[in-house]
Amino acid sequence: MIEWFMWVQLAVAVAAGLLCIVLGFAGRPPSDLSNGSLVLVELLLIVQVVVSIAAPAFGNLPTGNALEFGVYLFAALLVPPAAIFWALLDRSRWSTVVLGVGALAVAVMLYRMFQIWTVQSA
Amino acid sequence: MSDSHVNTADSAESATSSPKRPRMSGVGRVLVAVYAVLALAATGRSFLQIATKYDEAPLAYTLSALAAVVYIVATIALIRQGRVWYRVAWATLAFEFTGVLVVGVLSVLDPELFPHDTVWSWFGRGYVFIPLVLPALGMWWLAKHRPDASAATSGDLTRTDAA
Repeated sequence: MIEWFMWVQLAVAVAAGLLCIVLGFAGRPPSDLSNGSLVLVELLLIVQVVVSIAAPAFGNLPTGNALEFGVYLFAALLVPPAAIFWALLDRSRWSTVVLGVGALAVAVMLYRMFQIWTVQSA
Repeated sequence: MSDSHVNTADSAESATSSPKRPRMSGVGRVLVAVYAVLALAATGRSFLQIATKYDEAPLAYTLSALAAVVYIVATIALIRQGRVWYRVAWATLAFEFTGVLVVGVLSVLDPELFPHDTVWSWFGRGYVFIPLVLPALGMWWLAKHRPDASAATSGDLTRTDAA
């Protein structure tokens, strides 16, 4: 995991989450903007997969459990597509809020992944 | 000012487009989404615990796995319609609420009992207390949306269909 990239990714996920929740509460059905923000979150997650696979080869090893890290990353990858799928099926304002909830869930998982990678002593 | 004009048009549109509504409509869908995320989190963690260190605490990790399965069933039961799923939703939510209360109290009073984390230790502190709040919200939602009401609306629909 590359630290600055993680922070950029975390900021994007939080921003996308807040944006979608605000749009949803404002009564907007899912739009290109709200769906697009989740697509961006997913693309960054895919980049994170590549980074996480490549990083150990350059001496950047996780301090925590690599399997736990992988399970978080795999689970996080499932969230944006599921939220977007939901938003395509159900075009109500609450789907926009669901998109936001998904993005914030990814943000929490990213932060947890960062902890597993860097700050675990055991 | 011109923005607010657009806004009212939007919300009026979404308010009128609800002739037939499943049980989990409106804010309830957000509840289902959070449930799905929690089910994912619990499943991921329990998979990890059982795969890597099951021998350390078989009881706690079996409990984690059970909780994960119940969260998945609860998510499905909240989405599905009908009387049976309504009962299943009640049963799973009550199970979770009991679980988080009992394990929460036990883990606070006697931490030795649960030396390893479960979803429910310390009332779900590791999950921002979502495991404590969510079943309560869910049961409140279920109490407000009995299947009788939805059966009545679907009955209405069939009647209008027949007529």
